[in-house]
Amino acid sequence: MDKFIAIIFSVSFGYAVLRVTTPLIFAAMGALISDKAGVINIGLEGIMLISALTGVVVSAYTQSAFLGLLMAVIAGSLTGMAMAYFALNLKTDIILSGIAINLFGGGGTIFALYLVAHDKGISSSLKSLVLPKIDIPIIDQIPVLSEIISGQNILTYIALLSVVFVYILVYKTPLGLQIRAVGENEDAADSVGVSVRKIKYIALILSGAFAGFGGAYMSMAYVSWFSKNMTVGRGFIALAAEAMGGSTPFGTLVACFVFGSAEALSNSLQSLRVPTEFVQMIPYVVTVLGLVLYSSRKTSQIRKKIGSRR
Amino acid sequence: MKNNRINFEWIRTSVVIIIALVFTLIIILLVSNEPANALREFLIGPVDSMRHIGNVIELMIPLIFTGLAVSMMFSAEQFNLAAEGAFFAGAIAAAAIALSLDLPIIIHPVIAILGGGIIGALITGIPAFLKVKWNASELVSSLMFNYLAFFMGIYVINYYYRDANAGAMVSEKLDISALLIRLIPRTRIHMGLIIALIFIAAAYYFMFRTKWGYALRVTGQNSKFAEYSGINTLRVFLYAQLIGGFIAGVGGATELLGMYTRFSWQALPGYGWDGIIVAILARNNPLFVPLAALFLAYLRIGADIMARMSDVQNEVVALIQGIIIVLVVAERFLAKYRHKWVYKEAKTSISEAEEE
Repeated sequence: MDKFIAIIFSVSFGYAVLRVTTPLIFAAMGALISDKAGVINIGLEGIMLISALTGVVVSAYTQSAFLGLLMAVIAGSLTGMAMAYFALNLKTDIILSGIAINLFGGGGTIFALYLVAHDKGISSSLKSLVLPKIDIPIIDQIPVLSEIISGQNILTYIALLSVVFVYILVYKTPLGLQIRAVGENEDAADSVGVSVRKIKYIALILSGAFAGFGGAYMSMAYVSWFSKNMTVGRGFIALAAEAMGGSTPFGTLVACFVFGSAEALSNSLQSLRVPTEFVQMIPYVVTVLGLVLYSSRKTSQIRKKIGSRR
Repeated sequence: MKNNRINFEWIRTSVVIIIALVFTLIIILLVSNEPANALREFLIGPVDSMRHIGNVIELMIPLIFTGLAVSMMFSAEQFNLAAEGAFFAGAIAAAAIALSLDLPIIIHPVIAILGGGIIGALITGIPAFLKVKWNASELVSSLMFNYLAFFMGIYVINYYYRDANAGAMVSEKLDISALLIRLIPRTRIHMGLIIALIFIAAAYYFMFRTKWGYALRVTGQNSKFAEYSGINTLRVFLYAQLIGGFIAGVGGATELLGMYTRFSWQALPGYGWDGIIVAILARNNPLFVPLAALFLAYLRIGADIMARMSDVQNEVVALIQGIIIVLVVAERFLAKYRHKWVYKEAKTSISEAEEE
């Protein structure tokens, strides 16, 4: 037990939490943007995989980490756009489109990986690059804080900034207003001249771009290679985080940190003599509990509201 | 009229499959140095020997189970995606029962399969319960339950039934009395095929010939309408998912006892996701499930043989699957032709009526 507490309150644990939460933040912001426009993007998992591989391959061939990141984000956006095309033009059920993207991403990335790296599991034969870590001035002078916050990957800071970006986009810009209008009542939005289809397209493309950042982080920062199914459910956990965060950017950020901490905990507990299977379960259990807590609170609120009206 | 619509769905599905295959053909031409060979193995490989035909039928069995399971849940418009976890957990439960109970033949596999089904129902049932009770999205929680079922299962095998002498993480050898008999010599086609056929008939009867099945379909088509007509939709949601999980769990147990002598899966096998494709192709109708399962199994085995005999990898199937899901479900795909078709039908029936 002492060891357990020592792990949680160590500086390296704080650093690890930020490190594992980063991809969740990106994916959850992707989930949030599309959800605000009334489309559930369950394809985040597949998009992240596609982007992760794109980042590795492009950075290996161009020897530019920046180009790798750029192409990963573009690949994510294009996949989001493809989903939008299926869902909005062809009228495929949005959830099934997402599942299709996930199956496509899961198998397609292995297929593509074999073509470029002649291996079905891992991309280690490619000399891909990683994105740089950054020391933040001033903060890197403060003892404990510097070891947690400073020296993280550049994408970690971008992830944190992206929360602010999403907040401003959704609540402070005309586009955000349109996105929310479409999500809340698309007929009403349509009646005042908002192009529902265009807005949903934009939302899914943005959603894909965020998942693209998350995917790039996985293969170009979290680790320095692509391996098959390396996202292991992060796209799904992001959906849960978004639901638990009440579809608000900062609430979602907090939820991401809850899940991130659970994951970091499961990573560091593997050194203790707890069955690893249970430890690996922690993030998923926390996700289910969090979702239930959030939903039950929300239903009881709704019931109260109805009750007070009577 | 209704018949024509069904006919049209057949045509549409066939067109989608042809498009997917043409797309695959192009990919094979692009990546392969021996495209003719690859293509031949892919298309004809599954039927070129008794063993390969056997492989297709063997693979069809789990796909039928998960296809039925998903059809049941999707018919009630419940996007429960835990069929994958339920299938896995069903196999784990069957392994545990096969290893720890000492029962005579016939009774042993029956108990093991029932145990698998019950555990499977638990895996899809908990997300269903959370949805019904607290309105927690069954979509998200069922996804989490896939991972929970996986780690829990691996734990059970690792700590209770692991064969210490084996190099890899596998269970001890299953009790022979629990295994399902093989039906056809020189293949691994097992008793599970019969069980699968029984489940197809039962699922069809349930969905189209019973009150509960009717309530399930009405709820899936329009839950508000169902509620107004006095159907307890929450109860429907619950039993649709319990039955779905049960079928998936039975599938996992059957697969393990029919095909293996030890539990040896190191990852989720993916049959639950395949079940979604099968259910989509079968339009959630149990009678079409075996056909859809046969098609997918053929595709898979063809791709496996191609991967072994040529330089094209079997993951090419993932591309086909993606296209099939998206286009089969797409309402607008070929909608113009459907419109024309309906128009023509209406016109001829009017002119016929006028002639009379």
